[in-house]
Amino acid sequence: MTDTKRNDVILLLVVAFFALFAPIILNPFPSDGPLAQFNAGYPDLMQRFVIYGIFAIGFNILFGLTGYLSFGHAAFLGVGSYSAVWMFKLLSMNIIPAIVLGVLISGLFALVIGFISLRRSGIYFSILTLAFAQMSYNLAYSVFTPITNGETGLQILLSDPRILDAPTGTAQPVTSLFGLEMRDTFLAFEYLGRDFQFTYGYYVCAIILLISFYISMRIFRSPFGTMLRAVKTNQNRLSYTGVNTRPYTLTAFVISGMYAGLAGALLACMDPLAGAERMQWTASGEVVLMTILGGAGTLLGPVLGAGFIKYFENILSRINDNVLEAWFAFMPDGMSDFFVVIVHPFVGKGWHLTLGLMFMAVVIFLPGGLMDGAKRIIDWVSGKNRASKRGAKAPAPAE
Amino acid sequence: MRILEVQNVNKRFGGLQALNNVNLNVNKGDVHAIIGPNGAGKSTLLNCFVGRLEPDTGSVMFDGQSLLGKKPHQINQTGVSRVFQTPEIFTDLTVLENVMIPAFAKRDGAYKLNPFARVAQESEIRDAAEEVLRDLGMADKRNQIASEMSRGDKRRLEMAMCLVQEPKLLLLDEPTAGMSRSDTNNTIDLLKHIGETRGITKVVIEHDMHVVFSLADTISVLAQGTVIVEDKPENIKGHPKVREAYLGEAQV
Repeated sequence: MTDTKRNDVILLLVVAFFALFAPIILNPFPSDGPLAQFNAGYPDLMQRFVIYGIFAIGFNILFGLTGYLSFGHAAFLGVGSYSAVWMFKLLSMNIIPAIVLGVLISGLFALVIGFISLRRSGIYFSILTLAFAQMSYNLAYSVFTPITNGETGLQILLSDPRILDAPTGTAQPVTSLFGLEMRDTFLAFEYLGRDFQFTYGYYVCAIILLISFYISMRIFRSPFGTMLRAVKTNQNRLSYTGVNTRPYTLTAFVISGMYAGLAGALLACMDPLAGAERMQWTASGEVVLMTILGGAGTLLGPVLGAGFIKYFENILSRINDNVLEAWFAFMPDGMSDFFVVIVHPFVGKGWHLTLGLMFMAVVIFLPGGLMDGAKRIIDWVSGKNRASKRGAKAPAPAE
Repeated sequence: MRILEVQNVNKRFGGLQALNNVNLNVNKGDVHAIIGPNGAGKSTLLNCFVGRLEPDTGSVMFDGQSLLGKKPHQINQTGVSRVFQTPEIFTDLTVLENVMIPAFAKRDGAYKLNPFARVAQESEIRDAAEEVLRDLGMADKRNQIASEMSRGDKRRLEMAMCLVQEPKLLLLDEPTAGMSRSDTNNTIDLLKHIGETRGITKVVIEHDMHVVFSLADTISVLAQGTVIVEDKPENIKGHPKVREAYLGEAQV
């Protein structure tokens, strides 16, 4: 058991290492080289990795542990964003109150939606959560226009009251943490043709990711987490064992809703606007894909899945026909045209096609997600080592 | 002293009177068997004890309090554990975790929010679970995933999950259904062993007469929803009403 504790510390340190050095690790290619578009080490994209990582970690507490598949978690993401932007409009551009309110309000929403949806399980639960999320989306889009600003989305304006730091001058206010502006680059340097950028915004997100990851780890290792896994395995036995399953699942639902609200608030902190499309069912589906792709029920899987999907979304969608023509330029004319035509549907606007194929491959060949793949590789390597050691000890066959 | 008192319990499913004025008394420390032909209402009666079914009329008193209107987890918290016909266990979890969960439920009640406690530091719970596993001869399997075990071991594990709660009353629904002769004998030995080491009152529903007569202190015979005889095993065997219930009136 102390062994798992040591492993947890190692895992946390590994995540911390990658989170803190991501601006360097994700920039392996020279910025004017042909592979520059595969770099992911720029603040905007890294922030999205981390924020959707938090979203997926929270989703995994519900889906990975209890097995309840929610198709409506984007509603909480949206609620978090709207709450945060309202805090920017009314109180101050400091991100702390915005994050706190985002988490609280989405927790409240999760309590109500969870209380009703958790009366059913399986497919009926999924449909109920989906219905609630679509209702929220439609309300945000039309009925609640005074609160959500409908189609245009909620933005901060110079005319906002902002009690604590009322706008002076005509400059558009920016989000900050006690004066540290989120979009500010505090360090930028070039090394071997690679541009490295360090912004406050990314590091705020990264530190919150680490805290979120640590909390999720503690939940996984607690008696509470064990009960949640028991809910997934055999709810019937659990209730005949003296456990009231409903409050356990509701707590898990609220916790994961608060994680989603946190992610939504962070999105607004990095870019202070909130739109209804953040609540749409495609966004709910995306977090399901992230979690399953990475490995539901594992600690690290959801973060990997989120990074995987966001990386390919960005990289593939930026590859247009000009880029393709440059790639295949070394070929004879007809042939390069042919290859451009073949590859074209899979990149640019068609990146969903590639992602879909990758998702299918993972689900068919690695039902446990990317973590399953990693485990198989580790088993294979260590098994091979063991085999070769055994081989070395075995007496050489007589010739 | 009576621990379970069932009085005038009726249960109707549509046109079928499944239980018809059932009266049953279980004495503390006894092994009380409920036998009867198929469709006699044995499982219906058991389900009325654990909160899965609610009787239409009548009362079920356990240890001085009524069990009616309580949910399964509330009834378990009063000290009633049950074993299912097919073992109900947490198949994805390890054997040790399977036994620790009921121990948590016994200590922490129906719900406890402790997301920052560590399972690894719950040494009392672990010790209790390991002791029960040792007692049932499963200590070496504690890290096995429950779904990978044989059927006999699953039954044993389910028994361990009930025993770790130190229940006042253990309900067993056909514990040897579908078992081979040798597995059945193992289960009988296990139940005898539990009886010797712990004074838990047991109610056993059983088809197998061999099992019933080797375990029971008292037998109730249920037929067509009514208890027709309640007596000691030696008086049950030749009882004319029992013969009639099992073999039909044509014999008379």
